[in-house]
Amino acid sequence: MKSLVLPAMMLFASPVLAGVAYVSNEKDDTLTLIDTGSLEVIETIEVGMRPRGIIFSNDYKYLYICASDSDAVQVLDVSTNRIIHNLPSGEDPEQFALHPNNHHLYIANEDDAVVTVVDTEKRDVIAQIDVGVEPEGMAASPDGKWVINTSETTNMLHWIDASNQQLVDNTLVDQRPRHVEFTKDGKTVWASSEIGGTVSIVDVDSKAITQVINFKIPGVHRDKIQPVGVKLTDNGKYAFVALGPANHVAVVDAKTYEVLDYLLVGRRVWQLAFANDQSLLFTTNGVSGDVSVIDTDKLKVIKTLKVGRYPWGVAVKP
Amino acid sequence: MFAPLITTMATPGLAIPLKAASRYVMRFLALPCLLSLLVPVSQSFAEDLPVNIAYVKQTGLTSSASLALFKTPENNGVAGALLGTDDSNTTGRFLKHRYALTVLEDANGEALTGKVQAWLKANSGPLILDVPDSTLQAILALPGADAGLMLNATNKSDSWRQNQCRAGLLHTSPSYAMLGDALGQFLMAKRWREWFLVSGSGEGDKAMAQAFERASKRFGTKITGHKTWTFDTDLRRTSQQEVPALTQGEDYDVVLVADTQNLFGFYLPYNTWLPRPVAGTHGLKAASWHRSIEQWGAIQLQNRFFEANQRPMNDDDFNAWLAVRAVAEAVTRTKSNNSATLYQYLMSDKFELAAFKGRKLTFRQWNGQLRQPIPLVQPESLVSQSPQEGFLHPVTDLDTLGYDKPEVRCSMVKE
Repeated sequence: MKSLVLPAMMLFASPVLAGVAYVSNEKDDTLTLIDTGSLEVIETIEVGMRPRGIIFSNDYKYLYICASDSDAVQVLDVSTNRIIHNLPSGEDPEQFALHPNNHHLYIANEDDAVVTVVDTEKRDVIAQIDVGVEPEGMAASPDGKWVINTSETTNMLHWIDASNQQLVDNTLVDQRPRHVEFTKDGKTVWASSEIGGTVSIVDVDSKAITQVINFKIPGVHRDKIQPVGVKLTDNGKYAFVALGPANHVAVVDAKTYEVLDYLLVGRRVWQLAFANDQSLLFTTNGVSGDVSVIDTDKLKVIKTLKVGRYPWGVAVKP
Repeated sequence: MFAPLITTMATPGLAIPLKAASRYVMRFLALPCLLSLLVPVSQSFAEDLPVNIAYVKQTGLTSSASLALFKTPENNGVAGALLGTDDSNTTGRFLKHRYALTVLEDANGEALTGKVQAWLKANSGPLILDVPDSTLQAILALPGADAGLMLNATNKSDSWRQNQCRAGLLHTSPSYAMLGDALGQFLMAKRWREWFLVSGSGEGDKAMAQAFERASKRFGTKITGHKTWTFDTDLRRTSQQEVPALTQGEDYDVVLVADTQNLFGFYLPYNTWLPRPVAGTHGLKAASWHRSIEQWGAIQLQNRFFEANQRPMNDDDFNAWLAVRAVAEAVTRTKSNNSATLYQYLMSDKFELAAFKGRKLTFRQWNGQLRQPIPLVQPESLVSQSPQEGFLHPVTDLDTLGYDKPEVRCSMVKE
């Protein structure tokens, strides 16, 4: 009955642009659902153990959830908000990326130094790729040619050729790379290094670093500035970088790589996601257990929402 | 006991340690996949850059008067260095760097020094040292030692950091002074300013007690009593009678125990005259690592170590792991296996190491000590981590732990 009522309710309650933000709560084994129009929490769903990375299928029918301690990727039917099945994922899945073909899921198996490629339709492992120690960040290029994995202790971006699932190149970056994000044109990659305290800009053709961005917040020790999540606006104007225990999100000019501003959010800000045609940015703040909402036009934090314990990932359905 | 694993890792033609390879077979039975992984890697071996590291371990230093609980594992320290080698080879595979670890061990310091001398004749790679002061002194005096790179992973003596430091010798293990300051800062944060000291009579105990006294002086706390543990009988059935009498005296906030050999410190908690906490080498302990540390991704390192060794990682294991990782980081960035080049990089501003402590680690250029946050642990959990908030330093708050630059009276410049 709940499954029928909820979508109908959301239709009435939300302005045109509004969608639903799904937030994974690592230490509560739940997802918190937020209406991105009213900016209210609308539901909490129980999922597998230690949910971290979450992403939607390209058609927003399914939400994939890395249930790290259940050693599974769970598939949530978005129309009913129920887990419909698990995908084989390898041990301890943490982050993943969905290939533009909508059925190859690239999963970082943190404890095993491998990336597992799963076919979401056949529910089969189609490849396992040996990468560096503690694989973490994952991204697929918009043209589907490349998949990049970062390894936290090996300090590399591993370039996987998506046509044959072979690791073909590696780019050494600063300490503990956490997250990679392709620009919309697929020509450049932004890679954050948590302990290095930097974001590296990497040219996709040459796979070489062309620029390194540093951050500096008055009153915050530089060791506490630990970049994790990165999001780029489609118009090529801004990059937003979550700075972990520095409790700020950096706003970077995506063309000049100049840091424009630092926005104060909750404690230990981790991952980011856009909502409402990129007019809003949601941040997960792990230690304070909340989500900050940033107006990407005014570059202001407009609301803080209490969610579950240790919010980790966030994904938005329009 | 480790010989087979080490041989595997040093054998050309098999890049992936057997342990890792068998995981693939077990999980997916994907033989073609396994072969495709192995073939290209083994073909490339001829051109790999070899990095040969020796782990130098003086064995048999644990007293049998200690509890079985404290029995030092046979592969103490070595297990961490092996995991570090394994981790580094995963990185090395992509860069064609091949790390191999040789363990040189002996219960006799002179014999061990002889083994090191023989190894140095055929190799020029870094040494990881797990030896007491006298053996360290002898190794440093070996011909050719001044050209090498040595990383002390277990020796905590402050003299090596304060007046006997020398170029080429780095320390991943924190010193007694660093541990004393780490604990002292926490006690200050708690406003526990009256300390009652109980120390053993071993060299390490005296050094640890001196570190507590130094911290007391730095932070202006009061030592209300200092007793030396002199019991040489088995106290297992009488500690409830003996310890209260020993700890009777002027009021104190905390009992600080200095028992580096684990001979008596464990008798103190809950047996003190006054109902006060025990800290130091037992009770609340400053240590570079502990099984309860899970933050900052540390659980992954703990899992890897446990899976390989069926026991938790201890601080010697961690410091040995750090030593190999520091070497590997220098090799990765300089693409060199030359000890002088590696040393220069490790001591430069460019070097930084992620080590599951929430911030990057670097070496103090003025004495070769690795800067690091120091966890404060009780047997079951991480209580805090020093430096504590409010202990400020013009360069980095990590330098509030241990001897700071103006207090150091030695030179790291090669003469």
